[in-house]
Amino acid sequence: MADGYNKPIPIPQPESDHYWEGAKAGELRLRKCDDCNKAYFYPRNICPDCGNNNTSWIVASGKAKVHTFAIVHRPPHPGFMDDLPYVPAIVELEEGPRMATQLVNVTPEPEAISIDMPVKVVFESITDEISLPKFEPA
Amino acid sequence: MPVMDRLKAISGSAAIVGVAESDRFGRTPDRGPMELHAEAGRNALADAGIDKSEVDGVFTSGGYSTYDIAEYMGIAPHFTDSTSVGGSSFVIHIAHAMAAIEAGYCEVALITYGQTGRSDRARGALNLYGVTPGLPNAQYEAPFGIIGPPIAYSMAANRYMHQYGEDRTREAMANVAVSTRKWANMNEKAHFYDTPMTFDEYHDSRWISWPFHLLDCCLVTDGGAAVVITSAERAKSTRKGGVAILGAAEGHDHAILHQMPDLTRTWGRNTGPQALEMAGVTHSDLDMAMIYDSFTYTVLVTLESLGFCGPGESPDFVANQRTAPGGDFALNTNGGGLSYAHPGSYGIFTVLEAVRQLRGETGERQLDDCKLAMAHGTGGLLSSTGTVVLGRE
Repeated sequence: MADGYNKPIPIPQPESDHYWEGAKAGELRLRKCDDCNKAYFYPRNICPDCGNNNTSWIVASGKAKVHTFAIVHRPPHPGFMDDLPYVPAIVELEEGPRMATQLVNVTPEPEAISIDMPVKVVFESITDEISLPKFEPA
Repeated sequence: MPVMDRLKAISGSAAIVGVAESDRFGRTPDRGPMELHAEAGRNALADAGIDKSEVDGVFTSGGYSTYDIAEYMGIAPHFTDSTSVGGSSFVIHIAHAMAAIEAGYCEVALITYGQTGRSDRARGALNLYGVTPGLPNAQYEAPFGIIGPPIAYSMAANRYMHQYGEDRTREAMANVAVSTRKWANMNEKAHFYDTPMTFDEYHDSRWISWPFHLLDCCLVTDGGAAVVITSAERAKSTRKGGVAILGAAEGHDHAILHQMPDLTRTWGRNTGPQALEMAGVTHSDLDMAMIYDSFTYTVLVTLESLGFCGPGESPDFVANQRTAPGGDFALNTNGGGLSYAHPGSYGIFTVLEAVRQLRGETGERQLDDCKLAMAHGTGGLLSSTGTVVLGRE
């Protein structure tokens, strides 16, 4: 673990351990329903559209565009105090689903970031088991 | 889908007969939430002139189950409902109470609420921004610093600005903040009763989570509230008579923010039309609306979702202080979550004010001839909504 990392750390669950293993390996893995032929997020064994278990894993391209973002000036949790201002975001993946993330390597000012701008995934290692998928300008 | 013929058949079958806040209100460092529940419950029963021993249905949310509150108050109910879907829950409880009374499960329903967000924060015990291990938000939002309502709602607001224009949205948010404060300045129970707000003060207030200034965000206060409901027949013999529950609707379409189908549209798109149709009225029949204002943006997105105006049109709808005292659309006349009170889950307070306006009890801010009101709660991260249409004869 990075010294002093005191933000919330994901605890892999039965339906997400493969997702977090992928992130640690530098892959953004998505669930896909083989009946609907559609990718979805977050990882669930049961397709949220049709309700079937006929689902598999795919590796996403990591390409996305910004759906929305904010610029946080007041920390919601003590762990983010030193990161202010930071930029939480929702991105729309090339494969279709939207996911929550954080934009990195951007200037945290409204003029410097635009909705719909292309971004790509980068992985930030925070513990031996967990890397977080964040996004930077493509 | 809801069966409208059957809903119309029970429209007006139950009535709100008692409403109250807790005695201690605003800042209560020496009072816990359960005491505020009980105090408000006692006050609402007194408002109705109904003895506690007659309560046979209990409803609550916001961190406590009904058996916690009922035990504290010494009530053993025959009907119990702890539906907990955020701040809209207490509005949703009204529909459940009406259905339970109509079906015969209970005759006197008591909805209680109490939270001490302000004092919890001072004690370092505020769990509003907590992370619940095991839920999806703990893996897919919180690690990225998406924790708590201000950040989530500000992300939704930025999407709205992108779609419908940043400058006009900003002006609309300022209009909501300032007009709501003007109402609070007429409500002596309001946190900001003595404090006016100028547009400059709005625009100059510090950033919490851009695009939200501090003055886009609701208060964090302490307080309790309660509502008593009984059958329309029995309401006639209560102390003040009843305010009829004419329409009620509820639902949700996501829990965590990035799962929201459209960040500029809430489930109010269903509950607004359903509650109005059940009541047999339209938007233009309403004399006022109480819309949960967790943030200024919540009001804009909700006005559109409920159908008061079309997508992207709320900046025009609230322009030029149209929703302020003396304007032609009476909105959040108690001063709202923005300027009156917001202990954590505000929804029940929309009902208190609507009932009081319909009864003619609101003094300086009383609307002329107020006969039909809507109260609307939003819960979670724009996740759930409950809408009721209330009226008096």
